Amino acid sequence: MNTKKAIGVGAFLIAVFVIVPWLIAVSGRWDFYYTLTSVALLSIASAGVWLTFYIGRINIGQGAYALAGGYVSAILMTKVGFSFWATLPLAGLFCAGLSVLIGLPILRLRGVYFAMVTLVLTEVGRLSALALPVTNGAKGITSIPLPGEVSVFGLTMIPDFATLENPKLAFYLVAVLLMVICFAALYRIVNSRLGHLCRSLQQNEELSASIGVNTAYLRILAYSISSFFGGIAGAMFVAISQSIYPSSFQVADSVNFMLNCFLGGLGYVFGPMLGTLLLYFGWDLLFTTGRFQLLIYSSLLITLMLFLPNGILSLFDRKGGRK
Amino acid sequence: MTPILQVKGVTKRFGGLTAVNDVSFDVAEGEILSVIGPNGAGKSTLFKLISSFLRTTSGEVIFKGDRISNLAPYKVARMGVVRTFQETTIFRSMTVRENIIVAHHLRSKASLLGFFLGTGQARADEAEFGASADDIIAFLGLEAIANELASNLPQGHLRALGMAIGLATDPKVILLDEPFAGMNHDETMRMVALVRRLRDERGVTVLLVEHDMPAVMKISDRIVVINFGQKIAEGTPAEIQSNEKVIEAYLGSEDDAIGM
Repeated sequence: MNTKKAIGVGAFLIAVFVIVPWLIAVSGRWDFYYTLTSVALLSIASAGVWLTFYIGRINIGQGAYALAGGYVSAILMTKVGFSFWATLPLAGLFCAGLSVLIGLPILRLRGVYFAMVTLVLTEVGRLSALALPVTNGAKGITSIPLPGEVSVFGLTMIPDFATLENPKLAFYLVAVLLMVICFAALYRIVNSRLGHLCRSLQQNEELSASIGVNTAYLRILAYSISSFFGGIAGAMFVAISQSIYPSSFQVADSVNFMLNCFLGGLGYVFGPMLGTLLLYFGWDLLFTTGRFQLLIYSSLLITLMLFLPNGILSLFDRKGGRK
Repeated sequence: MTPILQVKGVTKRFGGLTAVNDVSFDVAEGEILSVIGPNGAGKSTLFKLISSFLRTTSGEVIFKGDRISNLAPYKVARMGVVRTFQETTIFRSMTVRENIIVAHHLRSKASLLGFFLGTGQARADEAEFGASADDIIAFLGLEAIANELASNLPQGHLRALGMAIGLATDPKVILLDEPFAGMNHDETMRMVALVRRLRDERGVTVLLVEHDMPAVMKISDRIVVINFGQKIAEGTPAEIQSNEKVIEAYLGSEDDAIGM
């Protein structure tokens, strides 16, 4: 890592962990914590979608994994009595495992066919949540406890959220930390051999196979990492809202995850993060336009995609390369 | 000479059409063998069968005693039988050097997790791939365009890049699909020299499919002629040139076509 990158990362960390909480404290706009926490979590799910784009697949099914992750966490907490912190990785792993089973048949599809199947996946997720006994149907699962205490050798590492004076700040910090970890992992994936192989897959699967790449395995691997991200984002959402319903993640959410990637830029690891921030705030800012909200929003998106097909980050990329 | 690759009674039917019909021949280690034949004779199909990009209807392909037909293509590549592509198939939005480095995949000793974590082995691998890529770039004389995006390259360089990608996998047998197609005389002669050096300097056995008769006559140790999916002749260039069946297959233009 060169100095310029280190400064950039340092500035980002200070901004999200120090400056944002300070600004919110000064301005008294506590509601921003919820908004920014949502952005952080949605950007994790979008990061997953971005990785499937990176192997050349259009993924409109991330909502299904976010929903599955949310339910796994909720059920483990309310029915089995697990701590939230234990359910977080378990929700991710469950989704990764599920995505292997689903991915084995569907990852053979390419282009619009894969996109169509994944689009259906979100709806299948919603209907399953309605039908399965364990998910409690349309009533969903409510009164989920806040994350409890984590202590190592009697030393409190994470305090019980119920006792906190300001759980909103705590959720914000956890969500942002999770986002930082996920994007660091994604950055490492993209810049290691795994990422190079994913790019080779995106550009030409036949040639990839001819140089000895096990393309089927690599596709499954990337898809399961992607779904892992979706799962933990969903689980974290459940902890904040303390409830989950079959409609918690819908087709519209899956489409948004994909749009976030498009808007930020498919060639840039941090594209989904920027895309999520802009889309989330953009939509809210347009609220004042009332019934024209959707019209203006979609026109803006179409214009952006027409003039910046490589995403907003391509504006700052003078080399025309990737990063 | 021991055969490194054996094609045994290979047949491929597409519905009612028999594209390749009971073709058998051996490829000796370290030789340059060409498969020729008129358009639509089944050369390309045969080629895909050998590299296992297509499944055989019957018959088998043996590499060093092991059956490689009907395996997944990546497994065949792992064993050392690597194909290049006729259409200029490359990783378009990578640079020439990146193309070649990615193609070193088979040589990596570290696992993907190792690469993710950046272990010592992974870094050693990356360094080795870089050095080897530079070596291949020098071998093919691509230094000037090493950092150029592949999508910006002209035709001739693309073909060389395709060969570089094949070489990076460290093949025992390389299958070249029409390496001289669309080239003028000078380019062809350069490519002929290159293919020879592939064999002489890197010890790679070369199996190529080609239309360009003069080039084939010049480069090949032996030639297999296919027509209507069947093998009609096999032998040295001199034998092929005087073979009546071959002349018949190319009737009407025998002098030009066979390059005499």
